[in-house]
Order: sequence, then C-alpha cells, then structure tokens
Amino acid sequence: MATKIFKNIQSPAVPLPVENIDTDQIIPARFLKATTRDGFGSNLFRDWRYESDGQPKADFVLNQPLYSGKILVAGKNFGCGSSREHAAWALADYGFDVVVSSFFADIFKGNALNNGLLPVQVSDGFLESIFAAIEKDAHTLVEVDLEKQTIFLHHSGKEETFEINPYKKACLINGYDDIDYILSNKELIEEFESNQ
Amino acid sequence: MGKTLFDKIWDAHVVSSKDGFPDILYIDTHFIHEVTSPQAFDGLRKRGLPVFRPRQTVATADHNVPTVDQHLPIKEELSRFQVDTLTRNCNEFGVELYGLGHPFQGIVHVIGPELGITVPGNTYVCGDSHTSTHGAFGAIAFGIGTSQVEQVMATQCLLQSRPKRMKIEVNGKLTTGVGAKDIILYIISKISAAGGTGYFVEYAGETIRSLSMEGRMTICNMSIEMGARGGMIAPDDTTFNYVKDREFAPKGEEWDKALAYWKTLYSDIDAQFDKVLYFAAEDIEPMITYGTNPGMGIGITGHIPETGAVEVHEQPSYKKALNYMGLEDGQTLLDKPIDYVFIGSCTNSRIEDLRQVAEFVKGRTKAAHVTAWIVPGSKQVEQQAIREGLDKVFEASGFHLREPGCSACLGMNEDKIPAGKYCVSTSNRNFEGRQGPNARTFLASPLTAAAAAITGRITDVRELLEEPELI
Repeated sequence: MATKIFKNIQSPAVPLPVENIDTDQIIPARFLKATTRDGFGSNLFRDWRYESDGQPKADFVLNQPLYSGKILVAGKNFGCGSSREHAAWALADYGFDVVVSSFFADIFKGNALNNGLLPVQVSDGFLESIFAAIEKDAHTLVEVDLEKQTIFLHHSGKEETFEINPYKKACLINGYDDIDYILSNKELIEEFESNQ
Repeated sequence: MGKTLFDKIWDAHVVSSKDGFPDILYIDTHFIHEVTSPQAFDGLRKRGLPVFRPRQTVATADHNVPTVDQHLPIKEELSRFQVDTLTRNCNEFGVELYGLGHPFQGIVHVIGPELGITVPGNTYVCGDSHTSTHGAFGAIAFGIGTSQVEQVMATQCLLQSRPKRMKIEVNGKLTTGVGAKDIILYIISKISAAGGTGYFVEYAGETIRSLSMEGRMTICNMSIEMGARGGMIAPDDTTFNYVKDREFAPKGEEWDKALAYWKTLYSDIDAQFDKVLYFAAEDIEPMITYGTNPGMGIGITGHIPETGAVEVHEQPSYKKALNYMGLEDGQTLLDKPIDYVFIGSCTNSRIEDLRQVAEFVKGRTKAAHVTAWIVPGSKQVEQQAIREGLDKVFEASGFHLREPGCSACLGMNEDKIPAGKYCVSTSNRNFEGRQGPNARTFLASPLTAAAAAITGRITDVRELLEEPELI
C-alpha cells in the first residue's frame, strides 16, 4: 500500500522554543478516544492553545497570525513520553510536514516517519540560529531537502545536514510501505518460526 | 568477545538483517489495548489482511475503562464505543480478549506478567510506551506506535534498528523507607528525561538483584521516562520462582527446557556496553518530583534547584514548569499541603504495592481534606487484595479501593485530578495536564504517597516509620 510521498519544503517556520515537549502536550489523552486517524489537528497542543472554556490563548504561537508554515521548530527532546501515534497524526493533520528540534524521542521519531512527517534533528547551535532568524523575520523561509538531507536558512544562508535511516528515506521519497516490505520476506518469517 | 543480554535475545529474534535496512525482528507476543489498536485493525481491513498470528496476540481493555461499577455499561459514549470497538475487532480477527468482566482483565503490563505470558528471553511489543515493564523478566519489550501495531498484526514482525546498549549498575543496601520507585526516580533525576534516548538499558548490580519481581517491574517500567527504548534485568531464581506455575507459563518438560535456556540469559563478563553508569543505593532517599517531567526529581529532604543552577538555554522551560506547579525555586517540598493521592498505574499497582500501603496505613486515618484512590492493576490483584483483607484496611483508613484500570495515571476515564489541585501519585508521568487539565502531579513511591495521604502534606515517610509502635 503506497504511503504519503514527501516533497521538499520551502516554508516559513513556527517557533516553539520549549524543551521536553511530551506527547501529552501535543495531544492530551482525553482526545485519544477516536477510532480513526482523522481530525486530531484541531486538538493539537490543546491545553496550550485554548483556555478550558475553548477560548484561544492569545500568547500561544499557533494563535498568532504572524506565524504560519509547514515547519514546526521546537526545543530539545521533542515528543518524549507516551508512544501515542496520535501526536504525529495531530501534527500532520494540522498541516506540518517537518518538525525541527535538536533532539527527538525515539518512539515519536518512528511514528513521525511512518506518517510522512519528517523529523529533522539539528545541532543546538543551528536550532538557536533558526529561532533567532524567525525572531528577526517571522516570514523568513526555511528549506528542507530530503534528497540532499539538508536544512537551509534563507535569512543567513546557513545550512546543516541531517541524518536519516536510508531505508526510511527511500520510503518517504518513494511512498514505500513497511508492511509491504516485511511481507515480501514472508518465507523468511515462516522459516524462522519453523526453526523455533 | 562476549554478548550482552540484550544482544543474545535480539540475535535470537532476527528474521532478516540487511545493510541499510532496519532488522526484521520477530515478536513473540503482541499485547494490544483499546486506545492504540482500532486504527491498526482498520488498516488490516483496508489491506484485506488477517492478524498473522492471532494466538500470539493478547488484548485487554485498560486505558479507558471506569474504575467504579465496571459491571454496568460504560457511561461515557466515546469510551464505550472505543472499548466495544476492541471487542468487535478481537472477535472479527480471532484475538483473545481479557475485557471488562473477565477475571484476567487489567492493565496490560500487570496482566502479562501475572498470567505467565511474560517470560525470559522473549520479545514483546505493545502500543504503549510502558511495555518496557516486561523487561524485568530478562525479555526485550518496548512500546510502539499504531502503524507498528498494524505491522506486527500483519506480520508478527517489526522493522527495527538495533539500539545502543547501556548498563546501569546500582550497588549497596537500600536504607529504610527507600524502594524500587525511589531508585528509578533517582536515576532519572541524575541522567534527565532524555538521558537514555537511543539506548536499551540493562539494570544490574546487587541492589537490583535484591529486588522482588514487582520492584524490578517498577524500575523497568520507567525506562521510557529517561527516553530509553526499554529496560531489562537478567533473569535469576527470583524471576524463575515468580514465573513458575502461572496460568500460561510453560509446564512439565516444557518448563525444564525453558529454564535451561533462561539460565543462559545474562550479559557475558566481557560484553561491551556503549555506556555504563554506576549508582550507590546508600545515596538514595525517598524521592519526589517537583516539575513537569520525571527527570525533575529530588530527595524528599532536598530543595528545588535554583534557576541559576540550570543551564541558561533550559531556564525558560524550567520556569514554565515551576510556574505550572505553583512552586518557587529553592523551596523544600516538605509540608506542602496536597489534595489527592493516587496509588495505581502500571508502575505501582501490584499486590506487593497494595500490601505495603496497607501495612503502613493500618491503624491510621487519612487527612480529612485528602481524596485517596487505590486502583489495583488487575482483577486478579483486586481479588487477592480482598482475600487478604486489604480492602478492609483501606476502607478503615479512608482510602477508596477502586476497580482495575489505568485510571488517574492519564485521566482518560473520569478519574481526573481537578485543575490546580496537587496529587501525590505513584504513576510514571508528571507532565502538564497528565492527570487532568491543569492538574499538578508529584511522583513518588507508594509509601511516600500513603504518608502524604495520612498527613495531608508532603511527608518524609521515614519519620512515620520510626514511630515506636511500628518498630
């Protein structure tokens, strides 16, 4: 089954300079009662984004018209805590294609990659320079090239390369699917079982 | 060169290993629950695939179930629909379900071990990050996302790159009032909520060895709270004695054969770890967290670190956390009034936890203003507690023994801590809003939580343990 194909991105970025953003913040547990993958974007960062009466919190970045784009830039250790894939679904459903941080939690990283949401891990210094660039000009463009594994800041001309597992990279670029790949090895699985 | 425990088990489960690809890892048992499985079952339907090995898949309802009146239909519509969806999916795909009303129902990480499904040397996954609990038996166990749940349902395998290996040794003798929960909160406070990311941890050393299986599960459970993929402890007689004769444990000749293999499961003396850390048991006090991630913990007599002592780039997040908690840097937590006590979750809801709490609260009464909930990890734990008369002890002390589930650990059901209120909780996460919107969580051991319920404030449990009539 083909999955979403990742295209290179050139977009302004949304800054969220908070560290250790856990998946309970990205999508609180009380919104995990759905039985489909759709519609989680409206509750993305729910309790940071809205008051308990549903009024938007003016100081939260997603409520500030100045900031928009397909790239979320967040503090280190993004996506820690619960394994809920709903966090990746919520970010993608909201409209993000890329999350940039200086460190990602393992399970979140895997979940993101399985949903066409690219986690781009940069150095602490580069992360700081993205936040600084956005502070100077909220509309400054950030460019992410998956083929070349680079992230480029138009504002300063700074560029950094990022790591990605070559198999997952091929999956994102070509829309390959993990289950198709494993099932193409079905004989090996059955052979493994018969040797137990 | 020798092998680590982790590598011995991993290597025994590799179906295929190719350069540039993650390994295809065989999964012995796949645990599923109502929250992270419905989209995976839908995926199978879209692909026209069955569950590949339904007999190696075990389901329960735990995250979203009420903890009172479980014999009645679930009141909340979305929760009821989600739990019913699990039942329908298990029926359609031929998966064994220990749902509400079943004598084996309970938190997935409590029932696996107590039923003897979790045994040494095997691989376990579940769409739940606390799957690391099962590593206490010398198994590889870790949490996965829903796309991977679908993957394992479809193939009984998981695409996974081999993580790095870390060994954490704890040696020495624990002091009075200090237990497994304090050990793991201490370790996480030292290495941070991200200190284990990228690693699979083996806990070793004489202190770890001295722990019961319940204590070992508490330790491995919270591996994810330092970011680790999982945690494990080499199996020994404590493990084998725990597993023997349980419902689904191997029996007779199968047992002898399994035991012989399990005895080979340890890290060789010359095995290489990517990182090794050492801690001394004597340094560990009863622990409590003050912030909004599990790495923000201190000894109960300690003070919240000054903001200036935190790295400059971390200070805004640090201030945000203290502001959320309504606390000041530099302050002590002792005598801080609290509103709720929650004893439960896959970290601390086993019979040993309940026995310890009962022994401590017997003859004492909770503070009038505190709401104290005890939520057993499973139907079997609940029934055992009743057989032992613990329910009477709890009732006499003003604690409410409820029915099994994840409950206020994540507040998916009605068991939420109200906004602004303080809860001393034996669960695993103190994230903002984890126990309910704007709820404030102090993570601690069952003993420290019980002590807070009695005094109505954060208390050094050792002061109460030293009362003459208890010696």
